[in-house]
Amino acid sequence: MNNVGLLTIFILSMFVGFEVISKVSAVLHTPLMSGANAIHGVILVGAILITGTADGGVQLTLGLIAVVLATANMVGGFVVTDRMLEMFKGRGKARAAVAKNTTPEGPAS
Amino acid sequence: MSTLTQSAYLLTALCFILALKGLSSPKTARNGNLIGAFGAALAVVVTVSQRHLGHRVPIIAAIVIGTVVAVPAARVVKMTAIPQMVAMFNGVGGGAAMLVALDEYVRLHRLDSTAAAIAVAFAAIVGSVSFTGSLITFAKLQEMMTGRPIVVPGAQFVTSVVALGALGCGVAAIATSNVALLIVCTALSLALGVLFVLPVGGADVPVVISLLNAFTGLTVAASGYVLNNTLLIVAGTLVGASGTMLTQLMARAMGRKITGVLFGAFSGSSSAGSTAEVVSTDRGVRSAGADDIAILLAYARKVAIVPGYGLAVAQAQHTCRELVDLLESRGVQVFYAIHPVAGRMPGHMNVLLAEANVPYEQLKEMDDANPEFSSTDVAVVVGANDVVNPAARDSPGSPIYGMPILNVDEATNVVFMKRSMRPGFAGIDNALLYHPKTTLFFGDAKDSLSKLVAAVKAL
Repeated sequence: MNNVGLLTIFILSMFVGFEVISKVSAVLHTPLMSGANAIHGVILVGAILITGTADGGVQLTLGLIAVVLATANMVGGFVVTDRMLEMFKGRGKARAAVAKNTTPEGPAS
Repeated sequence: MSTLTQSAYLLTALCFILALKGLSSPKTARNGNLIGAFGAALAVVVTVSQRHLGHRVPIIAAIVIGTVVAVPAARVVKMTAIPQMVAMFNGVGGGAAMLVALDEYVRLHRLDSTAAAIAVAFAAIVGSVSFTGSLITFAKLQEMMTGRPIVVPGAQFVTSVVALGALGCGVAAIATSNVALLIVCTALSLALGVLFVLPVGGADVPVVISLLNAFTGLTVAASGYVLNNTLLIVAGTLVGASGTMLTQLMARAMGRKITGVLFGAFSGSSSAGSTAEVVSTDRGVRSAGADDIAILLAYARKVAIVPGYGLAVAQAQHTCRELVDLLESRGVQVFYAIHPVAGRMPGHMNVLLAEANVPYEQLKEMDDANPEFSSTDVAVVVGANDVVNPAARDSPGSPIYGMPILNVDEATNVVFMKRSMRPGFAGIDNALLYHPKTTLFFGDAKDSLSKLVAAVKAL
């Protein structure tokens, strides 16, 4: 693709990025950061591509290190985000349960 | 690249946008994350199964190694240690993106266009800063080194020289297509990452993590440009833009300016912290035992619990909830006052309390909690310090001045549960500790809370 095409994609993505995040409550800042962190782990695709066409030991070694690091970033990022959000789901349930029971003393444990 | 691969990448890019969209609302957050993971997995599978890919076996082996290391790490990490885990993953991602760009440069070091050479130099500099910077934030949060700002005389000068050197080598490398220059540029940038984060004060570290996260995103985008890969450009830019936005939101939630976070530590803020410490040694504090505090709590009408990092570290969320339930059964009205940066990051404390099944209704965000304190009989501060420090409101010379705080000092009585007189993560002394209406209760948060539970039961 030519430079202008790539630049177009870059600028449009930037606007989407700003737009998608604009109103987020502080409660979700940590999971959101962690999720975004996992997304840039997609550099793994780049690492695979360069390793796949590497010739010579140096290139191959650099490439494979990049693959390991990028995999850790991506997989670890998604797993840790999911663990965080799991707890929010738990809270959502507790909230629903409270709403259903509406016991005056608060929820029984 | 085949049309099939391109289409798969398009789908992945869409998944990433939906993931970010989902992550910005509590209801859709978990699904959003799963959509993102699906998209990422799709892109990797499609890439690995390309027909012309060489070295397929070592690549798959490397992916397996990365997964085997990261998944258990992400699974067993304590919820309290999440921020440094995120920092670590961000750092390795930045490192990977930097390596990808370098590798591509080494291969085609007569890069066809100046634009591509600029992108490589950008990725080398920003990726390196993100890599070493994240490792330093990790070390700070993991308490492998002090969380307080490290200010060496002349550090500002050294940092400027290194930054200019890295930039100069980068420009020279672009102009001459010289690999050696690019390597020098990378080495200087790695040093710059360390110098850049060392002077950042403890409480500001999360903001820096978010900023470095955005940096890594931009590095990925630059690598994508070099590789002519649209997926990397889209994903990297999305993270770069949303990360920048998030950094601003976080800084605002803490009442800090980004520039203040990055450069504040250079200009005398640490000296203000140390003078306060000197003063503190001459002043007396009042401490009490579990029985006295139990009586104070049990006969109060309204009690506020202010949880901080100390509560989380001691894993005392459950004991804390036990105490609250006990007080409520005696007719005491109890609420939790949550500072936006309680714990170590915005929203971190909500995650921790959700883990202990604390009912959502009892949690009050700062803006809702603050009007309540003047009618509160006892405010119990469990392992928090900086977020209730009145210096942030009253003393313009303090490094944390301007940070919104919980106005705990408006309550009739204040009880601090602390392990010691050690100052908080920001390393600043808290005048509220010496106030006549304050009672200190020394000990590990969990221990102290268990003692209180027993003492209240015995009444």
